[in-house]
Amino acid sequence: MSLSINDVYKVARLARLGMTEQEAQTAHAQLLTIFGLIAEMQAVDTNGIAPMSHAQDISQRLREDVVTEHNQRELFQAAAPQIKEGLYLVPQVIE
Amino acid sequence: MLNSSLLQLGAALRSKKISSIELTQLYLHRIAALNSKLNAYITINEEMSLVQARAADVQLAQSKTHALTGIPIAQKDIFCAMGWRTTCGSKMLSNFIAPYDAHVIEQFNRVGAVNLGKTNMDEFAMGSSNETSYFGNVKNPWNNNAVPGGSSGGSAAAVSARLCAAATGTDTGGSIRQPAALCGISGLKPTYGVVSRYGMIAFASSLDQAGPMAHSAEDLALLLNVMAGFDERDSTSLQRETEDYARDLNKPLNGLRIGLPKEFFAAGLSADVAQAIEASIAEYKKLGASVVDISLPNSRLSIPVYYVLAPAEASSNLSRYDGVRYGYRAPEYTNLADMYEKSRAQGFGEEVKRRIMIGTYVLSHGYYDAYYLQAQKIRRLIAQDFVEAFKQCDVIMGPTTPTTAFNLAEKNDDPVQMYLSDIYTIAVNLAGLPGMSIPAGFGGNGLPVGLQIIGNYFDEARMLNVAHQYQQVTDWHTRTPQHIEV
Repeated sequence: MSLSINDVYKVARLARLGMTEQEAQTAHAQLLTIFGLIAEMQAVDTNGIAPMSHAQDISQRLREDVVTEHNQRELFQAAAPQIKEGLYLVPQVIE
Repeated sequence: MLNSSLLQLGAALRSKKISSIELTQLYLHRIAALNSKLNAYITINEEMSLVQARAADVQLAQSKTHALTGIPIAQKDIFCAMGWRTTCGSKMLSNFIAPYDAHVIEQFNRVGAVNLGKTNMDEFAMGSSNETSYFGNVKNPWNNNAVPGGSSGGSAAAVSARLCAAATGTDTGGSIRQPAALCGISGLKPTYGVVSRYGMIAFASSLDQAGPMAHSAEDLALLLNVMAGFDERDSTSLQRETEDYARDLNKPLNGLRIGLPKEFFAAGLSADVAQAIEASIAEYKKLGASVVDISLPNSRLSIPVYYVLAPAEASSNLSRYDGVRYGYRAPEYTNLADMYEKSRAQGFGEEVKRRIMIGTYVLSHGYYDAYYLQAQKIRRLIAQDFVEAFKQCDVIMGPTTPTTAFNLAEKNDDPVQMYLSDIYTIAVNLAGLPGMSIPAGFGGNGLPVGLQIIGNYFDEARMLNVAHQYQQVTDWHTRTPQHIEV
């Protein structure tokens, strides 16, 4: 395991988590300890074992292609930080 | 009244010995008196609770009732309840008023139960001590210097201190069983897929499962009867025949085969917990059960596997908190990316950020096979251990936790030590099996010990039978903490 401080910055950027230098250093030290714990896994021989992604071996249920939801825009937008005329407001992204 | 079973409370309500309004007020008064000390609830809404209680009294007067009509239930603050602030223990959702009901909430509403309030929890259910909550830590009613466990610590403390008749919890790696054990109550995590996850704020979707927390196995059975059931809005909800989980409570235990995994009694288990568990196994032998030595050889790997899979799923689930549609938005930012990064940096606590980082890393390019895929393969090995074990026994028993409740702040600075407190519970979630914890005595420091009972898939009725029979011949589950003024 060779997680560098640059990896920490890269992962934080991927996860959209702002991080100060000091926070990154603390995170680095803690992640190294946690990956030390996780490293035990690497020694296990898993050749020929099918990955288990779910507790139940069931396939995805399908439903009829019919409308099940009605428009509740006002109710749902009541929880939004910033809206205008039924639209969510974010900083400008297109020049 | 405070020590009554749910059946007794239901009978008192139906015979008009007490009204739902009176019962709800009794608990609300206790919460007003004790919650400042214990911090078990994040949100109380007297008005909304009393509206439900009044409606329940009308139903009771018309004899249109269910066993739980009019009974005040505390809801973990992970369940969306329409009109109720629903925070998931996070600053990110500290002002979020849920616009709809979770399936679990709907089910309780349908039978006329009263929502008594939203209980404290580790932020986004990530924690084993309730110390990651944005709303402050919960105190263990048995000793206010000790943690209540987590993540359903508020629910466990509320049941233990008689601040509700019963409560709900969720369990991703032990979050019902561990706090139940540390607070001396009973808690059940059902088979994955038995209770709908609709409206239950997601942490690790392939592991999350809701379940009841209460004083006894009998109470748990009544609660599970309400919570369980198919729901088409959760794609992993299982379509099964409706069960009465209380149907086998009174069956004798003659011939029951109890598997004892040697890995659950090895180094790391404290002597006082071991002693209490051995005494309860002896009690089971008196009830006609026999003991089989079994092995779960891969269970030691459950912590590393869990700390790859759960953060991976969490990093994906929590990407929805972007400060746009709901939740916290940073007050100042320069552009869209900066708004995302600041909102998430300020809105999430340390443990949540840590797990998002782990998850993002193990899913990132070049590491997927070594971490995520390898963890999924070992997950199958862990699940297969249980399949083998259940060829030799009917239920598996062992300690729920390696020690009794630890002290507040004791493991705060060391995430790995904190993670290890779930060593006996996590494998059950990885396999998707049902597991429960019931009170089984006290440790050297006078704090409760939990006996874990693990069942085969869909064997909840048998587990509840096994727990109920023990509670017929022991009184650990009736003990109350001192200083809670019952």
